Amino acid sequence: MMVWIALVLVALMLGAAVLVLLLDNLVAAIAAASVVSLLLSLLFALLAAPDVALTEAAVGAGLSGAVLALGLRRLGLIDLGKREDSDA
Amino acid sequence: MPKHASILFATRMTTLLIGLAAQLPLGMTPMGVGQAILERAPSETGSANIVTSVVLAYRGIDTLGELAILFAAATVAGLVLAPSIHAGNEAKARPRDDAGLVLRAGSDLLFPLLLSVGFYIVLHGHLTPGGGFQGGVVLAAAFFVSFLARPARQPSHVGIVLIEALAGAAFIGIGLAALFGGGAFLQPVLDKGTLGQLVSAGSLPLLYLAVGLKVGAELSGLLAHLAE
Amino acid sequence: MNPPDLISILILGGIGLVAIGAVGMAVSRHLLRLVLALAIAEAGANLLLVLAGYRWDAVAPILAGAGATQPMVDPVPQALVLTAIVIGVGVQALAVALLIRVKEAYGTLDIRELKTLVEHEICGAAGIAPPESANAPGTRQPYPVPAASRESA
Repeated sequence: MMVWIALVLVALMLGAAVLVLLLDNLVAAIAAASVVSLLLSLLFALLAAPDVALTEAAVGAGLSGAVLALGLRRLGLIDLGKREDSDA
Repeated sequence: MPKHASILFATRMTTLLIGLAAQLPLGMTPMGVGQAILERAPSETGSANIVTSVVLAYRGIDTLGELAILFAAATVAGLVLAPSIHAGNEAKARPRDDAGLVLRAGSDLLFPLLLSVGFYIVLHGHLTPGGGFQGGVVLAAAFFVSFLARPARQPSHVGIVLIEALAGAAFIGIGLAALFGGGAFLQPVLDKGTLGQLVSAGSLPLLYLAVGLKVGAELSGLLAHLAE
Repeated sequence: MNPPDLISILILGGIGLVAIGAVGMAVSRHLLRLVLALAIAEAGANLLLVLAGYRWDAVAPILAGAGATQPMVDPVPQALVLTAIVIGVGVQALAVALLIRVKEAYGTLDIRELKTLVEHEICGAAGIAPPESANAPGTRQPYPVPAASRESA
């Protein structure tokens, strides 16, 4: 049972890691890196390492994404595409 | 050219690592030091979380090195990002008005919740999974969310730096107190208490409190520097 | 191991992450994508470290009470990975700060354009012609001789 869960998680993680390199939009690449960290924290929880899972979820998925996105805003490279109407 | 060379390098490195991993006793690791620590940690340190006792009591010097590296990275990032002489006026053109209603109301609701969750994680580091680093990140997130909602009302940088410096000095001070008390540097002192209580495990919760405050102040200062 | 078990899947996943990170660092043209590939490689290395301390049917190293304990996983690699994750985010923050300064100084983050800009800057500061022009050292002009040997010879 756990083998199938681990297989799905590892496949999604490797797919997201490849997407980081292939996506053109840098905001999407940062989001894919956060997805890699999130799935990695789930794998850590599966490996009986709750401390490490908590740290990876807080730092990798949260803080690292925030730092990279703030740097992107300061670099002026945020490109969210065209939107017809904006809400809030 | 770098594409082909890098793919060749990745293939060969993957083959090497898979060949190495096939020979390791995975799943049945012969734990020498780990087994000894698992048997002795609850009685020697008094904490229910054995990873906490490894991080603070058995490998306390590594935690001190990690705090030093975080301090160096945050300080140098603040120095690098300080407004330079040549920046001029175009760097200050970022709008300073408040965010929308959703972000303002959400941050007002989230700020006390995040603070209490962060302090809970920091103080219960020796009983449940958690500790100083995780709780420090949650504390930094609390201050950063309120900064995102109202960019004009910045937390004072002097206060953040003061908290960080005092917390770091408190960590080293507790370690030195153990040194002068007759033990080794960063050896856990104070009474161990009963396993599983909040007030137990000697100086380990105090060390984690210092670590949590230092990491929280440091990361919120770093995020404030990056955001403005 | 004929049926794919948990540990071999995770080992392959960890090695795959390290390989994807290494290839990304070598191939990427934008400096921010290089930082992202570094973050992926660090995540793969942390996974391999935690995997080194895993035991079959062992529980997390936290005592839930004063009862009979089951075998637990190795706590030492978990403590090392705790440190490694936090250091990784510190390195990424510093890299992003340096990237902001590079963008302000040179105006671009593409490594090919940066290579030409930095070469031109160094050649301009040294007083010799840049490598692409016809007057570059070695094509038509002799190499600039250091001042000390110029006086002796």
